[in-house]
Amino acid sequence: MILTLSFVLIGLAVLFSLIRLFKGPTVFDRILAADTLAVITTALLVLMSLLFSRVIYMDVALVYVVLGFVGVVVVARYLEGGL
Amino acid sequence: MTILGDIFILIGSLFLFLGSLGIFRMPDVYNRLQAGTKATTMGAMSLILGVGFLNTGFLVKSIVIVLFIVLTNPISSSTIARASHKSGVPLVKKSVVDVCKDNVKKGEV
Repeated sequence: MILTLSFVLIGLAVLFSLIRLFKGPTVFDRILAADTLAVITTALLVLMSLLFSRVIYMDVALVYVVLGFVGVVVVARYLEGGL
Repeated sequence: MTILGDIFILIGSLFLFLGSLGIFRMPDVYNRLQAGTKATTMGAMSLILGVGFLNTGFLVKSIVIVLFIVLTNPISSSTIARASHKSGVPLVKKSVVDVCKDNVKKGEV
């Protein structure tokens, strides 16, 4: 019950972030939506690790959050002009 | 422990949903940053700790992921805000004060 409600809420969060990712007026809105999607995907992977009782999804989530952070920082510094 | 984990997971998914709704509804890049990053950090932290409480074998790795998210998510938010202000994205009409405006003119940000 709790897990179903949680999956529904996270699905709605992914939907709103995707709408902002496609619609965003400037490129920074899209970067922000991509960052939020990375964090939401990390939470979803951890929840899947609880659902399937496999610890490997935790490692996947850790690598995913590291790569998302590095990607966001690199793209933001590049758009700023200081890379 | 099970009830505590359930409550933490519910609070976390609610905060993720509210942060994403803020990203969808707010009128400006800076407001979206303010709404999105803080709520998403809180939501992911609470949800991952809730999963760690529900299955105790996952607790150490979930604490590692929570520490990493808490350390890195404000850095990415600050970098996005700095880049967008430096490249001249305008504030929304109703905003009151822009503290860093003079720094942009002098090129000192």
